[in-house]
Amino acid sequence: MTPADFDFLRKFLKDRSGLDLSAEKRYLIESRLLPLARRLNLPGIPELVQKVRSGTEPLASDVVEAMTTNETFFFRDKLPFDHLREELIPKLLQARASRKSLRIWCAACSTGQEPYSIAMVLKEMGEQLAGWRTEIIATDLSRAVLEKSRSGLFSQFEVQRGLPIQLLVKYFRQSGEIWQLNPDIRAMVQFRQLNLLQDFSHLGKFDIVFCRNVLIYFDQDTKISIFNRISKLLESDGYLALGAAETVVGLTDTFKPHTTRRGIYLQNLERSPSIVPSISNQLALATA
Amino acid sequence: MKTCLVVDDSSVIRKVARRILEGMDFQIVEAEDGEQALEVCKRGLPEAVLLDWNMPVMDGYEFLRNLRRMPGGDAPKVVFCTTENDVAHIARALHAGADEYIMKPFDKDIVTAKFHEVGLI
Repeated sequence: MTPADFDFLRKFLKDRSGLDLSAEKRYLIESRLLPLARRLNLPGIPELVQKVRSGTEPLASDVVEAMTTNETFFFRDKLPFDHLREELIPKLLQARASRKSLRIWCAACSTGQEPYSIAMVLKEMGEQLAGWRTEIIATDLSRAVLEKSRSGLFSQFEVQRGLPIQLLVKYFRQSGEIWQLNPDIRAMVQFRQLNLLQDFSHLGKFDIVFCRNVLIYFDQDTKISIFNRISKLLESDGYLALGAAETVVGLTDTFKPHTTRRGIYLQNLERSPSIVPSISNQLALATA
Repeated sequence: MKTCLVVDDSSVIRKVARRILEGMDFQIVEAEDGEQALEVCKRGLPEAVLLDWNMPVMDGYEFLRNLRRMPGGDAPKVVFCTTENDVAHIARALHAGADEYIMKPFDKDIVTAKFHEVGLI
């Protein structure tokens, strides 16, 4: 790949998806785009870049999808789901006792393992959530992964990564080497295509946002913008879950780390600009 | 260092498992069948057992039932690792006291995830 091709792809991916490809991640282009080039009967990446330059939309989407699709697994890192079960949900059950509803957003759901893990946690809590309306909204940039997510179909390899065997037996149906999630768990998750670079205020307010292992691919300004916009749609007592290698520290003061739950962040109500709209709303109401 | 008993009649599988588990800082003891594995356990219980199902002399299911009846035999974390990949076998293994279940073929990521799941790492 020539330096000019690399620069073109770097700018193209930054503009389209926010993906910030540093020079040392050059290998990612080779490993992700070579299979796409082969599928299109092209000899290699230079020819693929040439086609992208000539501007056909389906191919441009395919390139973005190939570069942004990341491997994921059920209950990834385990800890965030322990936090969810042990503290986040129990606290919100108390705080939302009068309205009896919970909204959770998985901001980069990839092939569905994260939102379905959350759905299984909620299902396992059973009685405690009886009579509650729970919504899990799962979004991703890639249409291909969303289609796979909706199907609830997973290979034997995928169901063995992070999914406790008891939950596999309880919530999946086996067909040879393919396992399908039961319809009741699938029905708990709504999948939608969404680019985090664009406005997402239409999604409404959430009690919990999982935005894990996606911001690592963005540059600092993009991360800050996304954090600030998430803050605006997270309830003031809501929770943000980030990936194990991610933090808000040094980027924004709209969130502060939970004192004991690693990877969980709270709205920083002393400093957060996100409380400004609610204060102005109150002022508007008071003066109306 | 924790000890893992690898029970499989295939020397190839034992070798692959040894390589993966040594990379996870386990000390490895090998057995070719359930009876040999029980002898090992009588001399000293390991922290973990990676267990095949179909083996000559004594299969993995029988070994597990015997292990769980031994004094202190409920302590080792037992992870089945087998080509018996259907729900009926999995349910039977769990009923007999297995902690986790790996369906062959497996790789390092799967073994790591399962050992993490049962608190061995």
